[in-house]
Order: sequence, then structure tokens, then C-alpha cells
Amino acid sequence: MLGRIHSTESFGTVDGPGIRFVVFFQGCPMRCLYCHNPDTWLKEGGHTETVASLLALYRRNAVFYRNGGITCTGGEPMMQMPFLTELFTAAKKEQIHTCLDTSGICFLPDNPEPFRTLLSVTDLVMLDIKHIDAEKHRELTGHSNSRILQFADFVSECGVPVWIRHVVVPGLTDDSAEQERLGYRIGGLKTLQGLDVLPYHDMGKKKYEELGIPYPLKDTLPASAEQAAAAKECILRGIRKRLLHEAESTVLPSSSNG
Amino acid sequence: MMMEFAAEWEGFTPGKWSSSSINVRDFIRNNITPYEGDEQFLEGPTEATKQLWTQVADLFRQEREAGGVLDMDTKIISTITSHGPGYLNKDLEKIVGLQTDKPLKRALQPFGGIRMAQQACKEYGYEVDPLVTEIFTKYRKTHNQGVFDVYTPEMRLARKSAILTGLPDAYGRGRIIGDYRRIALYGVEMLIQDKLHQKANGFSRMTSDDIRLREELSEQIRALYELEELGRIYGYEISAPAKNAQEAVQWLYFGYLAAVKEQNGAAMSLGRTSSFLDIYIQRDLERGLITEKEAQELIDHFIMKLRLVKFARTPEYNALFSGDPTWVTESIGGVSVDGQHMVTKNSFRYLNTLNNLGTAPEPNMTVLWSKQLPQNFKRFCAKMSIQTSAIQYENDDLMRVTHGDDYAIACCVSSMVVGKEMQFFGARANLAKCLLYAINGGIDEVMKVQVGPKYRPVTGDYLNFDDVMDKYDQMMEWLAGLYVNTLNVIHYMHDKYCYERLQMALHDRDVKRYFATGIAGLSVVADSLSAIKYAKVKCIRDENGIVVDYETEGDFPKYGNDDDRVDKIAVDIVHRFMNKIRKHHTYRDSIPTMSILTITSNVVYGKKTGNTPDGRKHGVPLAPGANPMHGRDTHGAVASLSSVAKLPFRHAQDGISNTFSIIPDALGKNQKVFSGDLDLDALRQEAEHEAE
Repeated sequence: MLGRIHSTESFGTVDGPGIRFVVFFQGCPMRCLYCHNPDTWLKEGGHTETVASLLALYRRNAVFYRNGGITCTGGEPMMQMPFLTELFTAAKKEQIHTCLDTSGICFLPDNPEPFRTLLSVTDLVMLDIKHIDAEKHRELTGHSNSRILQFADFVSECGVPVWIRHVVVPGLTDDSAEQERLGYRIGGLKTLQGLDVLPYHDMGKKKYEELGIPYPLKDTLPASAEQAAAAKECILRGIRKRLLHEAESTVLPSSSNG
Repeated sequence: MMMEFAAEWEGFTPGKWSSSSINVRDFIRNNITPYEGDEQFLEGPTEATKQLWTQVADLFRQEREAGGVLDMDTKIISTITSHGPGYLNKDLEKIVGLQTDKPLKRALQPFGGIRMAQQACKEYGYEVDPLVTEIFTKYRKTHNQGVFDVYTPEMRLARKSAILTGLPDAYGRGRIIGDYRRIALYGVEMLIQDKLHQKANGFSRMTSDDIRLREELSEQIRALYELEELGRIYGYEISAPAKNAQEAVQWLYFGYLAAVKEQNGAAMSLGRTSSFLDIYIQRDLERGLITEKEAQELIDHFIMKLRLVKFARTPEYNALFSGDPTWVTESIGGVSVDGQHMVTKNSFRYLNTLNNLGTAPEPNMTVLWSKQLPQNFKRFCAKMSIQTSAIQYENDDLMRVTHGDDYAIACCVSSMVVGKEMQFFGARANLAKCLLYAINGGIDEVMKVQVGPKYRPVTGDYLNFDDVMDKYDQMMEWLAGLYVNTLNVIHYMHDKYCYERLQMALHDRDVKRYFATGIAGLSVVADSLSAIKYAKVKCIRDENGIVVDYETEGDFPKYGNDDDRVDKIAVDIVHRFMNKIRKHHTYRDSIPTMSILTITSNVVYGKKTGNTPDGRKHGVPLAPGANPMHGRDTHGAVASLSSVAKLPFRHAQDGISNTFSIIPDALGKNQKVFSGDLDLDALRQEAEHEAE
């Protein structure tokens, strides 16, 4: 089976634990305003790789990845479910730690079996939640967040550890009440293990110019580390609130739309 | 030599070092206290250190404002004893000694070449005393003059076209490390006795080699007497062994100081001194003679002195080396041949000077890295690297196999056993230019004259891999021969007119000599040959039929991406050129080695190398050392480093360097915004606590 791959990175230090071999999948249905990889959008781009060729690249330098593993990101890896599943299945056979960095947008709640299979060979999901409000999420990405939040619950139900990623964009995702709501929502995930709050940066601008696409956030300033740290605190506050509520009343359903 | 256990050695474990021969390694092995702890014990600077460093920082500022040089000696020829004592602040300095009578006053060192000394002065508005000039042109020959008396027209041309670059024919060759520790351990008198003993034995026939060696031994002994005198100038009697830590540091530094007063070498490295000195500090600490604060102060003052070492050099020289480097390299850590790591508290103290005195490129702190180094030391190194970007790392696991556990690094990567091995520094051959010569039949693409042999040039419009490789192989054969012969001339003359008497006095009599060649432009060559093999490369010729540019159709694998198709080409070139070097006679039966380490000269070499088939344009810098070409490694650091790691050390034993920089954010998550290990139970408890 062939996968369409944008590129590989041999020294990934920010996409999961340890030093990781990162595979950037080609193709993404989302059109996030702040996307910094617009060159991965079209599913026709990139080049083809096989599971064997990717794992061969991994194995060459496996000694570096002892405390890391492989991360699939993109683009949206779940656009290529069969290839992704095959890759992770093969990786698990070699005891390689597998991490999926996804938006969750491809999740099909009515047909969860392929996703269950994928998660059975996934050690960690890094789920990017762009916005907690469905309408604002649509403005930001072109899609509602409903399937994404359902995927978060599904990952939790499957018992797979999850890190939530959230990008702080000034003027778009920096409302503290909404951040707390986000925290409250993800506080219900039983397998939540990490929170990765990323300040928005505009280093993708150059790629837009090269691709001839107008840069949507040309008037937005990059977020500072301090803004990200403040957002993290708000989200953590939401998580704590949720945990407290659950401790008081264990009947609160985990899928309540916080 | 028969030895008695000196009173100053009281408390040390005896061994071969104390009973039978000069053997610093044996002393270290018998007395080292390996340290596995962390950096918590370290002390900050004392008031004296702060005051002195403020003074030095101010001097550096003045020097910068004065255009790079604060003061120059134009009259007194620098020797070990040429100047009276010089101080920063005599009352505060725990370790004393300057190159001249004033800090940052540059010494006059004409033995490498009077013209270089004159130019260096002239560039900064000084003039060498006419009498000195007269002596060194009329009566006393220099190394530089000796070399040019012998150079062939072909050698001169190769030098001018820069297919051979950075040759040490007008300046001191450097890259020799005296075993300065011997002075502290044995005192100068015992070293003199040893040299007299060496001279008295084993000379039965007066061959040219033996005559030269006897003369050198006499010079070495004379230098040792002068070293004793240098001590006296500063009020110390260093004929006896050092009896405490302060003396050990001071004795050792006098040795190094004498070396830099005599030699303006391209690299004047220090050796492997930190764990040696730790033994003295440890003994004093155990005896309650000093505190940790005082121990750190000694090291801080010593390092401060090393930072003050400067030479009079020309702007061209500085351009070649991107600055004014002295390469005071100190090798730290490493593992012994029986598997015991050699990290001591003093390894930490040396690195701690980067905290106490602020970051600086000199002395060049080099960690001999091994997987077996203690975890705490590794962590401290990483922390200091992130803070200062001032630490160099070398692979001890690789070098220990060849050199054992008492080697040190000269310059940036040249490894040699301290006091037992030395090298003839050989600059480098520009293999990128050599490839262009192969294509153009020996005609230089920039000067447009015949420099190499008039072999058949490439004739077609498109480059054919087999054809180019065939021609390149022949051109490298020529270059290797010319290169080795040129270096033979240089080192013969350096030994004759600018001999490192003091540094060699701190060596065994029969040293192993390396003939250290080097190459530049490896990644350009690998990518060019890859382009020729995997893409289509068209030749663009000028009106005289010389290929001056290339058009490449299609993509090709590039070195630096862990891609064997091109990495194998790089490996092959290294192996091939080294084997060609090996074919030739080398001066003084030295063992040929090769380095891939144009750390700083790549910019100048790029200016002198025309367009290359990989698409690099005339003037664009070659990649430094064994680095991939800038921006062509597109698969991340591990892939890039893996390409470099494939280069065979046994064919590049003088070292392979890779310059690596990374922004801190790319090394991992900022803890402020990232909670990698969310502990839900702890969060719940926090929440319950808040709610109460």
C-alpha cells in the first residue's frame, strides 16, 4: 500500500515524548486560518512512500529514538486511514512507540471500527482542539468541532492516552472564559495525560507567498509565551473545576457539552 | 632514570610515575578521584575574581575600540625570558604571568616570518624596529624564507590559486601540545635531568637524523633553563615539584606561558589538565588547606589568563580564521581504557568559569564525550551548552581506541597523546577546486591559467559520471603528491628555523609524529558528483572553452539527508584521497592522517572556488568541515548528523568536524506552556483544596 507523504523529519522534539521520527502526511480537509503547513493541504501533493520504506528510515537511526518513537502528523494522517493503520500496526510489531497528531476531523461516529483498530496500535493521541465553541470553530477551520469532540471521547473510551493541543491566537482563541470551557470539557477525558498550549506564530507566511495563497491572518500578531502560559492556566482551571464536579457527583456524563 | 619520592608528593599514591619515568598518565590513574555528583558544590566568583574580570573586560573593550589591538611590542623579540613581570593587579592575582610586560600588549614573534610580523604591526599602525627587521632579513633566516627558498613554481602556483590553502609557510604551525602538567608534577630540574639522560644515551652513529635530534635536545634543555628563569622573573622557584594546588596551577601555566611567548602557532592548545589539577586541589581540600571557593578562584584566575592570550596577526590571517583564534583547547572528561570515567570536580570547575567569567570562545572547552560519562556531568554539560553555546564535544569512544586515555585535542579536532605524540599541521587541499581542475584539464577556473597538469579536459556538453570520476581520480593523484611534498618542505623548515623547543622539551624524546593533511569542500564534491550521476549536468563554457558554469536538469540526492546514494560518494572520496596521501614519503617518517575540519576558513575558500556542478555559485562559502551544504539537509538533525557519521574515522583520523546550531525551542517544549505529565489526581486535589 502506498501513502502520500509530504516529508519526514528525523529529529522531532516537539511532537510527542522524546526524540521522534515524524512523518508528515499529505492532505487535510481543514482550512485553519493559522495553519502553518498549507503545503500539506492538497491530497494530490507530496510523494509516495510504503510502510516498509518509512520504517526503514526509522530503523536507520533507531538508536536516537530510544526514548521517543514515531509520530504521524500532517496534513491530517487520518485522511489515509488504511495506510496509517498499516504503518502503526507494523511499528507496534517492532515495539516502536506510536503517536498520532490529529485534528480528529475524519472521525466517523457511525462507523467507529476502523478507528478502534487504529487506536489499538496507537500509544498516544495528540488531539488538536482549535476552539471549544462550535460556531467559532467553523469560522476558524471551516468545520464544526462536533466530530472532533466525539473523537476525544472515543479515544478516552478506548483507553488511549491523549494530549490536548491548543493554539492561542490573539483575537480568535484567547478568551479566558472559552479557554476555561475548553478545560472543563477535556477534564472529562479519563485518559488525558498532557496539555500542550502553543502560541500562534506566523512562520508559515512564507509558504503562503510561495503557494500564492493570501495569508488570512496578516493583521494578527504572534502570541507570546506569556499569553500561552496564561491560556494554559485558564484551561487548567477548567480541568480542575470539572474534576471537582466529578468528584462531587460521579454521575456527570463525560460527553456533556461543557 | 632513577627517581626518589619527592617531599612535595607526600600523600599521593606512588607508582611508575614516581619510581621510574616521567609518566603523568600513571600519576593520574593512581590518584584521580572520579566524581559522579552534580554541580551543587560549585562556587561563584570571589570579590578578587570579579574585580580582576571587570578590569579584563574593560581592557577587551579598549582593545575593540582601538581597532582590534591595544598595544604592540615592536622592538623586543619575544622569548621565554624576554620581558619583566606583567600583572593585572598583583595583589589580587592568584595565578600570574603575561606574554609581555602589559596585558594585551602583543608580542613580536618574527621567527615564523619577518614579513608577517611587519604586516601585522603595520596594519595596526605600528612599525617593527628597523634593527629587528635588519637582523631578520640580513642575518637571521626565518621559517618563511626557508620555505620559499625551496618551493617549486608549481607549489607557488597551487598556493596562489588556493587549491592548497592555509599552508603554515609564513606563520607558526602550532598544533603541538606540550605536556605542561609535567612541570607541576616533577618540577623543571627533574625534567632537565631526564633530558640530559636522553641525550646521553642511544647515539652511536652521527646520522643526519641523530645530529638533528641531539641539537634539538640541547635546545630543549636550554628552553627548560629559561623556563626556570621565567618562574624567577615572577618570584617563583619552579625547579622543584609543585607542593600545593596553587603552585600546581601556577607551574603548569608557566609552561604554557613560555610556549606562547616563544611560538605564535596557529593553534596553541593546552592539553588535558583539569582532572590532573583536581588531584592537587583534592589533596589540599582534604588537608584543609583551601576551601571550595578558593579552589574555584584558582581555576577562574587561570582561565582568565588563558583568555588574555593574544598574538600579533594580519587581517588576512584573521579573515582566514574568522577572527583571532588562539585555540587554547582544553580536553575535559573522557573514560580510561579500563572503563573508569575521568570526570572530576575540576571538570565542573572548568566549565563553571563560563558562569563566573561569562561565556567566551577561549579557552576552547572540549568535552571528551562518552556514553559512559556520569549522568550528572552530562546534564551539566547540556545545561552549560544551552546557556553559553561555548562547549565543544568530541567522541571519546571513537578516539580512545587509537589514542588511549591520555590524549588531548589540539586546535579543534586533532587528537594526540599528550607528551608522546605531535603533529605536523597541514592545512588543507581544496577538493572542490580539484574537481573543477579535473573537468578543465588542470586550468584554474578563476585565474584562467594552467595550474594542474594538462590532462585531457571534459569535452562533451553533458558531464558523464564515469568520465568525470576517472579524470577526478587522476587529478586527486596529482594533488595528493604535490600537497605532501609542499608540506614536507614546510615542516623541514619549521623544524629548522622555528623549532618548538619548549613544547618539545615537554615531550618524550622519541615522539610519534602525525602528518596531518586536511581536505576542504567535501560536501560540494559529494553533491556535485551526485548531480552528475543522478541528474543531468550541462557544461557552460567561456570563449576559451573553459567550463565556468553548470546547468542542472532534474533533482539529485544531497549529502546531509542520510541518503546512501550520495553519502557513499562522500565516503569514497575521503577514502580515496587518504590512500593517495598514504603513497608518498612524509617528512621525519610521520604517519599521514587527514582531517575534514575547515571550521572557519570555508568562507575564504568559497571566494576562491568557481561555480560547481552542484549548483553552488562562485563565492558562496563551502560548508564548514564535514557539514552538509547550507540548507540542503532537509530531513532534520538526525539525518544530517547520520550522513556525517558515515565518514570513516580511520581515513580521517585527524578529525571530522560538524558545526551544529539549533534554536532552544527546537530542542523541546518550553515548560511554561507545556504540561507533558498531567497528573489528574493532583489536579483534583488542587481543585478540592481551592474549593475549601
